[in-house]
Amino acid sequence: MKLPGMKPIESVALQGVLVREVINFSSYWRSSAFSSMVDPTIYLLAFGFGFGSIVSSVGGYSYIDFVGTGIVATAVLFSSAFPGLFSTFVKYEFQHTYDAMLAAPVDTDEIVTAEALWIALRAGIFGCVPMLVAMIFGLDPSWGMLFVPFLAFIGGFGWASFGIAMAARSKSIDSFSYITSGILTPLFLVAGTFFPIDQQPEWVQVLANLNPLYHLVQLVRDCVFSLYGWVDLLHLGALLLFGVVVWRLAISGMVRKLVD
Amino acid sequence: MAAAISIRGVVKRYGDITAVDGLDLEVPEGRCIGLLGPNGAGKSTTMRLLTAQSIADEGELVVLGSRLPEESKASRAVMGVVPQLDNLDTTLTVEQNLIVASFLYRVARTDRKEAIERAVRVARLGDRRDTKVDELSGGMRRRLLIARALVHQPRLILLDEPTVGLDPQVRQELWALIDLLRSEGVSILMSTHYIEEAERLCDRVTIMSHGSAVAEGTPAELIAEHAGGEALEVYGPPARLEEIERESASKGLRTRRTGTSIAILGPNGDAPDGERRPANLEDVFVLLTGEEIA
Repeated sequence: MKLPGMKPIESVALQGVLVREVINFSSYWRSSAFSSMVDPTIYLLAFGFGFGSIVSSVGGYSYIDFVGTGIVATAVLFSSAFPGLFSTFVKYEFQHTYDAMLAAPVDTDEIVTAEALWIALRAGIFGCVPMLVAMIFGLDPSWGMLFVPFLAFIGGFGWASFGIAMAARSKSIDSFSYITSGILTPLFLVAGTFFPIDQQPEWVQVLANLNPLYHLVQLVRDCVFSLYGWVDLLHLGALLLFGVVVWRLAISGMVRKLVD
Repeated sequence: MAAAISIRGVVKRYGDITAVDGLDLEVPEGRCIGLLGPNGAGKSTTMRLLTAQSIADEGELVVLGSRLPEESKASRAVMGVVPQLDNLDTTLTVEQNLIVASFLYRVARTDRKEAIERAVRVARLGDRRDTKVDELSGGMRRRLLIARALVHQPRLILLDEPTVGLDPQVRQELWALIDLLRSEGVSILMSTHYIEEAERLCDRVTIMSHGSAVAEGTPAELIAEHAGGEALEVYGPPARLEEIERESASKGLRTRRTGTSIAILGPNGDAPDGERRPANLEDVFVLLTGEEIA
């Protein structure tokens, strides 16, 4: 993990930060798992059965199959962007955790990287829950589903970094409403989760391509329904690019916040 | 003797404010050095500079042979920091906090168990190892905060206002703990604004004011040099105290207000009636920094 002009990130430093996260997780995993999994599942059931009763099929899929795969991305977003935002802010503002870590042989880039990796790991698991719930309601299993945790991990890394980058640039927790309502909600509604983007006006389709969540939705569907094509490499590339860019933005934001 | 910390000509500015202004400071290996100064003198900024959380604008900082900020990580690996603000993980137990520290400070896997046992002993929290931090008393939390900084057996410890806001008996308990570290040969830099703390624990004291060192020496040297041998404490109504202040000034004597009284330093025969007492570090502090102490 060394880019030109960067100092190396030490795995032993990442390990230290990860151990702290894992031990802490033991004290709040119930609430974290609950909110990360129950919200998307409620969306799935509400839309799947609500809309499903009037819309029998979308783009050739039963509606519950369509939403059940699309909502994986929503679950990833919820279980990574929100922890990125809130836990970073709480650790900085109230617990002074970063002061404790920076007094040890750990640098800011290592803290950010380890925390994003840890949230991504959780998102990789929580993200699969709606898909498993959809299977109970008739989504057919496929080998391609085995890729889904990895896709959820990659997407989760980007959204966790996004949350950290935003928290680093926020002066108060109140400004998070602008981020959640102004950025995250529109992105998750117009990602091809609930309705197909390819039937929308062209400008919506262009905008969707700028939405990392849209690429994740497409990748998950293509894997689950075994519709691999070259376009999936572009989706994957877009998701990786998003991850790397926001990861660097998260580091630069936190360096500015923590080191003066 | 080699220096654990060497600070030369360090300047740190925040916009228009110069928090540290040409500071020179040396902590010889195995010594306990006190950094004494009023609020805003630059003590906390100095502490942040030593962990490279602040980057100096000018000057040189060397900690345990590593130049800062470039080699700060190497120095942080062999240094322990006790922060002014408690930053323990409050939902974790005593032992879990120490486990986390053992990983952050890279204690070898084979030494980890023993390192944690030792830290629990130092904190005297053997019967509380499974208690969550937010259920500990203030004094216990402070002891744990110190023990956490020792988990990797550092050669140098930074103590930033270690006893601020604690009861007198808890403070004395911590003094005993710090004294123990001193006797084990650990180098210590301790910032404080409690004069008694500096007098009791520090081999040498640097007095800081407005970002730079205004005096340096053993407590006894500083008292002899700046405050003389004796002080005369005169009590009276405010008007009387002002009068004495003027009279003393005309005789070339130095005075300082101590709230309800005025202290005349190095008084001679024709001084007004009052209580004679040995001059102390507080006299030096107030004379040099021009500030009262809480």
